[in-house]
Amino acid sequence: MKFTLSWLKEHLETEASLEEIVERLTMIGLEVEEVTNRADRLKPFKIAKVLEAEQHPNADRLRVLKVDTGEGDPVQIVCGAPNARAGLVGVLGKPGDHIPGLDITLSVGKIRDVESFGMMCSERELELSDEHDGILDLPADAPVGVSYAEWAGLDEPVIEIGLTPNRPDCTGVYGIARDLAAAGLGKLKERSHAQLRGSYPCPTNVTLEFGDTKPMCKAFGLRMVRGIKNGPSPKWLQDRLTAIGLRPINILVDITNYITFDQGRPLHVFDADKVQGNLVVRRGKAGESLDGLNGKSYELDDTICVISDENSVESLGGILGGEPSGCTEETVNVLIESALWDEDDIAATGRKLGVNTDARYRFERGVDPDYMMPGLEYATRMVMDLCGGEPSEAIQAGDIPETSNIIEFPYAEIKRLSGVDVSQAETNVTLKSLGFWISGSGDTVKVAAPSWRPDIEGKADLVEEVIRIIGLDRVSFTPLPRTGTVGQKVLTTGQIRRNRARRALATRGFNEAVTWSFISKDQAEMFGGGGADLALANPISHEMTDMRPSLLPGLLAAAQRNADRGFGDVALFEIGQIFENDTPEGQKMVATGVRRGTAKFQGTGRHWSGASDEVDVFDAKADAEAALAAIGAQVEKLQVYTDAPDTFHPGRSGCLKLGPKNTLAVFGEVHPATLAKLDIEGPLVAFEINLDALPQPKNKGGRSKGALNASHLMPVRRDFAFLVGKDVTAGTLLKAARGAEKNLIADVTLFDIYEGQGVPEDHKSVAIDVLLQPRQKTLTDEEIDVISKKIIANVEKATGGSLRS
Amino acid sequence: MSNLDTLESDILAAIDGTETEAALEDVRVAALGKKGKISEQMKTLGKMTPEERQVMGPALNGLKAKITDAVAARKIVLAEAALEARLASEKVDVTLPLRASPAESGRIHPVSQVIDELTAIFADMGFSIAEGPDIETDELNFTALNFPEGHPAREMHDTFFFNEKEDGERLLLRTHTSPVQIRTMQNQEPPIRVIIPGRTYRCDSDQTHTPMFHQVEGLVIDKESHFGHLKWVLREFCKAFFEVDDIKMRFRPSFFPFTEPSMELDIQCDRSGGEVKIGQGEDWLEILGCGMVHPNVIRNCGLDPDVYQGFAWGMGIDRIAMLKYGMPDLRAFFDADVRWIKHYGFRPLDLPTLFGGLSS
Repeated sequence: MKFTLSWLKEHLETEASLEEIVERLTMIGLEVEEVTNRADRLKPFKIAKVLEAEQHPNADRLRVLKVDTGEGDPVQIVCGAPNARAGLVGVLGKPGDHIPGLDITLSVGKIRDVESFGMMCSERELELSDEHDGILDLPADAPVGVSYAEWAGLDEPVIEIGLTPNRPDCTGVYGIARDLAAAGLGKLKERSHAQLRGSYPCPTNVTLEFGDTKPMCKAFGLRMVRGIKNGPSPKWLQDRLTAIGLRPINILVDITNYITFDQGRPLHVFDADKVQGNLVVRRGKAGESLDGLNGKSYELDDTICVISDENSVESLGGILGGEPSGCTEETVNVLIESALWDEDDIAATGRKLGVNTDARYRFERGVDPDYMMPGLEYATRMVMDLCGGEPSEAIQAGDIPETSNIIEFPYAEIKRLSGVDVSQAETNVTLKSLGFWISGSGDTVKVAAPSWRPDIEGKADLVEEVIRIIGLDRVSFTPLPRTGTVGQKVLTTGQIRRNRARRALATRGFNEAVTWSFISKDQAEMFGGGGADLALANPISHEMTDMRPSLLPGLLAAAQRNADRGFGDVALFEIGQIFENDTPEGQKMVATGVRRGTAKFQGTGRHWSGASDEVDVFDAKADAEAALAAIGAQVEKLQVYTDAPDTFHPGRSGCLKLGPKNTLAVFGEVHPATLAKLDIEGPLVAFEINLDALPQPKNKGGRSKGALNASHLMPVRRDFAFLVGKDVTAGTLLKAARGAEKNLIADVTLFDIYEGQGVPEDHKSVAIDVLLQPRQKTLTDEEIDVISKKIIANVEKATGGSLRS
Repeated sequence: MSNLDTLESDILAAIDGTETEAALEDVRVAALGKKGKISEQMKTLGKMTPEERQVMGPALNGLKAKITDAVAARKIVLAEAALEARLASEKVDVTLPLRASPAESGRIHPVSQVIDELTAIFADMGFSIAEGPDIETDELNFTALNFPEGHPAREMHDTFFFNEKEDGERLLLRTHTSPVQIRTMQNQEPPIRVIIPGRTYRCDSDQTHTPMFHQVEGLVIDKESHFGHLKWVLREFCKAFFEVDDIKMRFRPSFFPFTEPSMELDIQCDRSGGEVKIGQGEDWLEILGCGMVHPNVIRNCGLDPDVYQGFAWGMGIDRIAMLKYGMPDLRAFFDADVRWIKHYGFRPLDLPTLFGGLSS
């Protein structure tokens, strides 16, 4: 919402400075977004008169002008404008002046061998409008040598406020003045629009015809003024409109625009001679269309409210007038419409047709119903003042809806919600100055909101009205009482796990990424998603259409982006949500990481201490185990399975599980086919951890770690090497060895695997180091022999192998 | 005797001439070994007259002791020299650079770090962390929050929708974290103090808007918390978060469907340099919206607004991160460029606490 300072002062008697007004507007909730003054950038430009205009000797389309600047000798200007002629009074820019519309600074130029000392400007060059067909052509009596901006009335602050959608009353300058007056910044000049007596009945009738459907128009006021003389608006009116960015058209149209911004009351004018018969306000019909005043054509249907005459649709009610019945300078009889439309229907139609007009903006927020007929009077008066003519009687179809909502208001509500003491007297003055009506006495009164405040619903709204006007600074900072003695644990298990996994992964050299929650359909399908329930109906791009079933696609793409920038050895992880379905339970928290190139735990790339190899499945396994350990899993108790999803390399991937059905993590090399489909280059390894899959920790009742049970006896080490089949897994062998004598075997380490010379085909040699920790007494050689035999027997039985001799 | 003197000087010269412990040992054996020269001399003592022996005995013993001492002294010298030589040979170039340790090269994303900072601040004021799903119902995202059907305020949200289901329901991606207010009030008895960080979505994209972003919401519901408390909470938050001793603030009336009265908060800043500096200067910077929870919202959660009251506020996590740490472009938050993460990210062990300073 834009307006000028002088326009505001039309309604507000005030001595306040611009700065005070701007500050107060913001502090009462009408936030000033910008204050501009077009004169600032037009300061150097002065009115000048063309004395001579001669053909340029070397160019057909150029003329050489002698221009009187009002001081000194005339200056020579080369000009290409078609309307450049002797006698024209226009606006001159001199060398050194900045032309805002072109964003250039003028200098003395030479155009086809003729010197030019400036330029005569067009409206577009001065950012007055888009007009660029010729240079400014001012009235012949415009004073030469005078500042153009000053003469044109442009030297005035234009204030723009960012209006919140709850304040339709401030879509007009009058409403803004009312708020400022209530806030003590001046006196509101009362508006009064005496009812005009028509000298004849309105020859065009209007009816609201919605049958048994929901009425889309509540009421409709109409009047004819006949015998008028339309034409360009007077300068003051044009100036007001151009100052806020509107283009003057003709008096009748300008009046409707003016009252829209002056009172927040949109109107429409029909050329009565182009309207056939009476007007009907009704639902549109399929097949009907309207050519709007904005030059666009609209297809209509029964969700759209129209005004039609006997022949055709003439207007989109409350949004846009039609071109065929629009008023032109030739109009002599005018029909003025002031109507009341359904807010929701206006919003829906505006959305559907994609039309944003100043009328829609106001009607969808809710215009003052009680001002419908006064607005019609105001418009009629302006038409008669500026165009003459003779008004008919005003007619009204439909009824103005009753708006009074009476609120039981305990004064104590202000203190309860805001914490500030405001006296009853101050409350009453404030509310009354805003147009509220108060009745009763005592601690609770009845308050009714004025018709222009549809946003006022209940007590809380009244509290807001009072404190925003008296000033939010009156509310003092009040400490929020502490709830307990010291801070409590406030995080859930899930939140704690995420934090621990995050920090644990970062200490392993990972960089944390945050990638989009939505990915392309192809990617979603590749990773087990892409279901219809998780596809957006209105995605912002084809890369972001489906909720992600995995963090991998986003991280893999991120790794590739980094590689494309020259940083191929990256370790990235993300902790975030994935979506199995559209229910809250279908949203799961996972921690996922990728390592690319040589981004190993020890470091990346070549180094004097030894170059890093390419990342492999064991890097991913180590990461998964570290993160699981950080969130409280007992990693040594997890089982390793080899049934990772098929996005992983089938022979170089695995799962860490708690039982066959509860997968805590998967890890491995990403399947080469997956990478190829995503157009991503490896080597790439990855892990995914289901943070919610780990059972909740049990409350053990106490934090004691128990006594340390360290033996004072020397542990004993024994090495064994087994020949086993190539397919025998280390896990099987180690489990058999560990299980041989649980009370004595403290640890088993696999320290060598060998294939090749000395080992039969399809076999491998696996060497382990068993640590025996006696607890009661030192082991004798015989006892150690017995245990060794047990270990050998267990391993041979489990693996089908034999001790390597 | 002169023989002995010659012998002594010869042996001492030999000792001094040795360069290795092995050579020294050879000299020692040649002098003091079983067949050493001194030992041979000692053997002659038996054949001497008592008078001769009285002279030669002490002389030989003295010589033996002198040589033994000389060998021991030389041994120390040689050992020191040998150690020095070894050390010299073992010298390495300690300017050789090491690989960065993983704990040094890993980084936490600023969004995570700022959420931890927010947690530290608000946990101290007795707030818990509430969360909710990203995929929401129209009811919880709008209707229960007092956005009337067809209201222009809904339009301003640029909502991402899912396809309509057979029963006519149309789910959406939450446009703000406020639906979690409703979930919290519906599931938890007052008093309530929660902050709600999370991902939010709007169909919008430019330098300061991305289709996905992060918000944090705060909610207090009890029987006495009012706007004065809200002002205090937000002031303390701003001071703690931006790590300044004092900060000028300006509450402006505004409008949100789910609060009444509604306010926006501007904080003091200085825009004169290239960056925004918080807590100094003469400019204002809008950082959040807030207000008293609308009676309709309280009622929609099954509570009586004449009994229960409270306040809520909401702001962009990415935005306050940008203000505090100076990132110029929101889009880079979601690009996973390692150069950006390393520059703006945080060391894994830099856990924000109030007692240790949030970011120092």
